[in-house]
Amino acid sequence: MRDGISIALGLALEPAIPFAFAHEVIRQGRRDLELIGPISDVLFDQMIGAGCVRQITAAWAGNVSAGLGHAYRRAMEQGIPRRITVRDHSNFTIAQALFAGAVGAPYLPTRTLLGSDIPQANGTFVRATSPFDASPLLLIPAIEPDVTVVACQNADAEGNAQLFGPWGITQEAALAAKKVIVLAEHVVPRQVITSQPNLTIVPSTKVVAVVHEPGACHPSPLQHQYGRDHEFFHEYHRATRTVEGFDAWMKEWVTGLPDRAAYLKKLGGRWDELRRRGGRQWFGPVDA
Amino acid sequence: MDVSAGELMVAQAAREIRDGEKVFVGMRLPLIAFVVAKRTHAPNAIGLFELGLMRDEPAPELLYTMGDPPNVDGAIWSARTIEMMGMLQRGDVEAGFIGGAEIDKHGNLNTTAIGADRQRPSVALPGSGGGADIASLAGRLIVIMPHDKRRLVERVSFITSPGYGTGGDWRQRVGLPRGGPSVLITTLGVFRFQGGEAVLETYHPTTSVEEVRASTGWDLKVLPGVRPTELPSPEVLAIIRGYDPQGFWTRRGE
Repeated sequence: MRDGISIALGLALEPAIPFAFAHEVIRQGRRDLELIGPISDVLFDQMIGAGCVRQITAAWAGNVSAGLGHAYRRAMEQGIPRRITVRDHSNFTIAQALFAGAVGAPYLPTRTLLGSDIPQANGTFVRATSPFDASPLLLIPAIEPDVTVVACQNADAEGNAQLFGPWGITQEAALAAKKVIVLAEHVVPRQVITSQPNLTIVPSTKVVAVVHEPGACHPSPLQHQYGRDHEFFHEYHRATRTVEGFDAWMKEWVTGLPDRAAYLKKLGGRWDELRRRGGRQWFGPVDA
Repeated sequence: MDVSAGELMVAQAAREIRDGEKVFVGMRLPLIAFVVAKRTHAPNAIGLFELGLMRDEPAPELLYTMGDPPNVDGAIWSARTIEMMGMLQRGDVEAGFIGGAEIDKHGNLNTTAIGADRQRPSVALPGSGGGADIASLAGRLIVIMPHDKRRLVERVSFITSPGYGTGGDWRQRVGLPRGGPSVLITTLGVFRFQGGEAVLETYHPTTSVEEVRASTGWDLKVLPGVRPTELPSPEVLAIIRGYDPQGFWTRRGE
């Protein structure tokens, strides 16, 4: 990690959001980052409020089940803790931009957002007409993140990563990136991967690091491992209405803790309950 | 009968789903409308969720987000955003739901920002998500939102999700392949669209045409025969309350 780079994360939309990664970035005090993602629930709000971010390239920023993102609003409306810029997308255009990056195409043509003000606000889309039928199109230029972060259930030691549940735009972002970092709930034997290769979301050829980080996605859910901690999102929403409240929340849950293990320990019985209700025995290799 | 505005909106939204349709469901009240439709008049409706899910039966418990594990278990397809959006762009999806902070009389929605400068707004809203794609590409658009004068405005300051633009054949002129709002369901009434403009069809039993007019930021037009909104049947109300017993979505802010 370096200051100033672009990072794609929170790519499955509401589940499998790598909060553990974001919290470590905040602890390291990284600055001037560009965050790329569709809807990353409160992850972007936290990194913006902590002062790590110069730009977000996103379709949405807020708190999905609770409402607006207070830190995002403070940054946009008042420049607190600093000014950020937004490169507006929709979920479809950010998927297409990363897909173009993933397949080495300069752009993808689309019919979405014709008539919307998003193309003008974004500033990088180009209006065109189809060379085949002269219909109006928008050309969405490729995005190639410096780093894409993928949270998943299983990865082997080489970095072959498998995500169970909806993928959102995770695979496109991983394949479009220069480097991929994997956060795995379980580091599994190679045979778990090779017995069900359809589940592989990104191959080891793209992956520079595999981190064994159980509970990396709390309070978002990880399918078959733990459920969504709805109340945690609502507590964050209430606690971060003011700058002082945000700073206190950050100290309690991020900067005042050394690592994810301490965070899970602090959650205590609440974490056990989420695992009990959301967890399910992993069925492992189908032919083992 | 004590019916909340949220429950009335859910019941009305459910009526907009036709049997056998593929519907972009979205979040909050539309999630419950999909449950009601499936269990009443539209047992063969299919729900699509933009993070990459397709379901032919609703999740068995209340969802706070479309990515909650109960929405994944029991899905008939777990895939990627681009497949769901691709089906939308092809014209395979008959209807989609959307909410907004601001809407104008032509059904254009703003969920991006209030204020003249997008990068220095007076209120920064969350953004499009998939809303602008649904508004651009679904066969028809079902809009659900709270009703007040600051939200139903003559002209939105930013078009996140295109409705009928300035009216008439605007959608065709800008190149949108189909669609547009078919209905606007608010906490006070139900509007249809005629010539690309919202017209009041019904007002909820707790209100009146005059109150709707006073709470609407454009010169209100009403359909001939404007009447009170039909209350949900006891069966529909039981489905809604069985699914959201605490009223997390249906009694929000009441």
